[in-house]
Amino acid sequence: MTAPNKKQAVINWIEDRLPIISLMKHSAVDYPAPKNLNYWWNYGSLAGFMLVVMIVSGLFLAMHYTPHVDMAFDSVERIMRDVNYGWLIRYIHMNGASMFFILVYIHIFRGLYYGSYKPPRELLWWVGLVIFILMMATAFMGYVLPWGQMSLWGATVITNLFSAVPVVGDTIVTLLWGGFSVDNPTLNRFFVLHFMLPFVIFGVVFIHVWALHTVKSNNPLGIDVKGPQDTIPFHPYYTVKDLFGIGVFLIIFSIFIFWYPNYLGHPDNYIPADPMVTPPHIVPEWYFLPFYAILRAIPDKLLGVIAMFSAILILFALPWLDRSKVRSATFRPLFKIAFWVFVVDCLVLGYVGAMPAEGIWIPIGQVATFYYFLHFLVLLPVISKIEKPLPLPESISEPVIKSGGASGAKSAVKAMIVAAVLAVSGGTAAQAASGNAELHHPDWSWSGVFGTYDEAQLRRGYKVYREVCSACHGMKLRAFRNLEDLGYTEDAVKQIAASYQITDGPDEYGDMFERKGLPSDTFPAPFPNDQAAKAANGGALPPDLSLITKARFGGADYVYSLLLGYETPPLSVELPAGKYYNTVFAGNAISMPPQIMDGMVEFTDGTPSNSEQIARDVTAFLQWAAEPELEQRHAMGVKVVLFLFFATVLFYALKRRIWSDVH
Amino acid sequence: MAENSTDAAPTSRRDFLLHATTAVGVTGAAVAVWPFVDSLNPAADTRALSTIEVDLTPIAVGQAITVKWRGKPVFIRRRTPEEIATAESVNPDDLRDPQTDAERVTKPEWLVLVGVCTHLGCVPSGQKPADQRGEYGGWYCPCHGSHYDTSGRIRKGPAPLNMAVPAYSFLSDSLIRIG
Repeated sequence: MTAPNKKQAVINWIEDRLPIISLMKHSAVDYPAPKNLNYWWNYGSLAGFMLVVMIVSGLFLAMHYTPHVDMAFDSVERIMRDVNYGWLIRYIHMNGASMFFILVYIHIFRGLYYGSYKPPRELLWWVGLVIFILMMATAFMGYVLPWGQMSLWGATVITNLFSAVPVVGDTIVTLLWGGFSVDNPTLNRFFVLHFMLPFVIFGVVFIHVWALHTVKSNNPLGIDVKGPQDTIPFHPYYTVKDLFGIGVFLIIFSIFIFWYPNYLGHPDNYIPADPMVTPPHIVPEWYFLPFYAILRAIPDKLLGVIAMFSAILILFALPWLDRSKVRSATFRPLFKIAFWVFVVDCLVLGYVGAMPAEGIWIPIGQVATFYYFLHFLVLLPVISKIEKPLPLPESISEPVIKSGGASGAKSAVKAMIVAAVLAVSGGTAAQAASGNAELHHPDWSWSGVFGTYDEAQLRRGYKVYREVCSACHGMKLRAFRNLEDLGYTEDAVKQIAASYQITDGPDEYGDMFERKGLPSDTFPAPFPNDQAAKAANGGALPPDLSLITKARFGGADYVYSLLLGYETPPLSVELPAGKYYNTVFAGNAISMPPQIMDGMVEFTDGTPSNSEQIARDVTAFLQWAAEPELEQRHAMGVKVVLFLFFATVLFYALKRRIWSDVH
Repeated sequence: MAENSTDAAPTSRRDFLLHATTAVGVTGAAVAVWPFVDSLNPAADTRALSTIEVDLTPIAVGQAITVKWRGKPVFIRRRTPEEIATAESVNPDDLRDPQTDAERVTKPEWLVLVGVCTHLGCVPSGQKPADQRGEYGGWYCPCHGSHYDTSGRIRKGPAPLNMAVPAYSFLSDSLIRIG
């Protein structure tokens, strides 16, 4: 008897001073939500969940990241290699950005379909668009931080958009850069802004939710709530439904994190930024591709930039462009068709954005851009005038009682399919640009759900690296201590390390000196600096091999195929001096001479040392160098997905049970 | 009875489901916290530097060198016979942190200490011949005036404990591994 009273007394004490408990109860428990919300309404809370995931993972990354042009790239790789679970946190954050955009895009399209921008929800819609714009700015600046090639050149291109502004354009760009190109001051301020903006977004999300709770949720029928019989309390009905949604989402998210962590990214961003060389084909992250396509569709700098920004800003005008009194597309036959054509148009724009700006892609992009604006400026106003909407139901509870749960389940399946298609097509569009030669696809031991490295193969590959590759290529992101992964004992690693000469210093007289390597040393570079490396290699810089399989389209298949891709040039081809003919290398003229020959490396374990085997083993070793976390990643992924599957089944069962008295 | 059982069955199933779901959800969230917490621990490259090997050959009797270990200075002093004798002659019961000299060295000639004052973490002076060594001929902490003897034990001043002896071993007569 006394315990509940005491508890109540504590609650009252707090409530009298700060009514936070009743506020939370009012907005997260009692909040009356329409009882007919389908699974498309899960994406708002999912996006909120994702925002928290991004802030938390970002904070932990920031504790290890160094915002300096000379150190940023390596500090990110240190997170990937040395920080405990750093690879996990970075892959959560990196793929989380893509997931966040998928969720928000679906959330926005849901609003478009069900007319959630119409009175009385105009402010709610606008605040949501502000969140979207802040998100885009934050994502763009986040992509700059790893300071890879795409970071630098993406930043250069996007900041240069502002140079299109008449008269003051160049001044604005110089101000953004803090210099005369994207450089250290730019990286520094982008880090600060990328750190700060998510908290601004968090605040604006509160306003978004505040506005939502004032005007209440829209619903699939788009008709107003008539009374309490049309609503159910948010908790437990929608909390458990959201929980189930989060479970399903986390499974999809985990598959990306643990098995396809770089699928949605671009290999060039694993090449350190180089202000002297632009990658041949630069594309933004997939979630910007439709807007990028609009930018490129207009053959005028200023107009292109205006079109791109208008494509976003026009969403603010929706409450005036679409004057139909009926909200939901369910009762608007013409609007419904226009909506789906518009969705296809956006997907086409996204695909065009990933393609090179040449040939057929230019007119396709222009037509799609034209249609994008036609939809908003002509179709929507006209349709809302001429369309005869279907009869609206009397109330929400009427069709809910009639149709039962079937439509809910159907929309759930649709929602999932759309999410999956968006994710995969985003990646495919990004990958599609690499129209490379046919690659060999050997059976790698690490492919597949449970894939692991073959230690014996890695040791053979290391031998090849040491005896052949290391004459010209460094591997600065790996240390001798890491060779324990290959099955070497601690003492063996010490001996290997001691067999290398490391330049250290300065000593007490200020001179550099040579000493034997220690396990904590990284693999020494064969040349003292890039200039010396170029001078010794006919002007071409042999790239560091730490990340080579991650930094090329095709990954390990590419490296393997390249090593075996040397041929006598066809008679029609005239090679420049000092170049070799390689069928896999872009342009076919490569500076690296053919290196792999039968019998050039003696394998002590009896493996035949033909060139195919040598190429395969050294590629495996380089794959390990690029993704040392892979085995841990696969093993953890299996456990995580099994757990999530089990949890999601439970969430679903509980959801069914709780909702059984509504249907 | 019949009515009761039909009512009770779903309720208890709901309770079981609710408890199971809560348990699974809380477990998942708790496990998910670990990678984030562990990421704050020393990273692999930091841990790789947590043992060092020091060559003792260049150190003459009466000399001391300072090496960096885990971001802190480690004092290695090759003690003179007089310093050893003074350190061994002290009655540990008279000390604030009672320890015999034998407990603090592996070989009496070599004294290895973490060179951090146990008061508030300053680095005591006494490594170089011209340094102040305090009243007991060992080290003297200039921050708040702690005096250490030739065994690195606290003898006077605010420090509560003797300077720490790190884990180390002789790999050979002239090579030690610290950590």
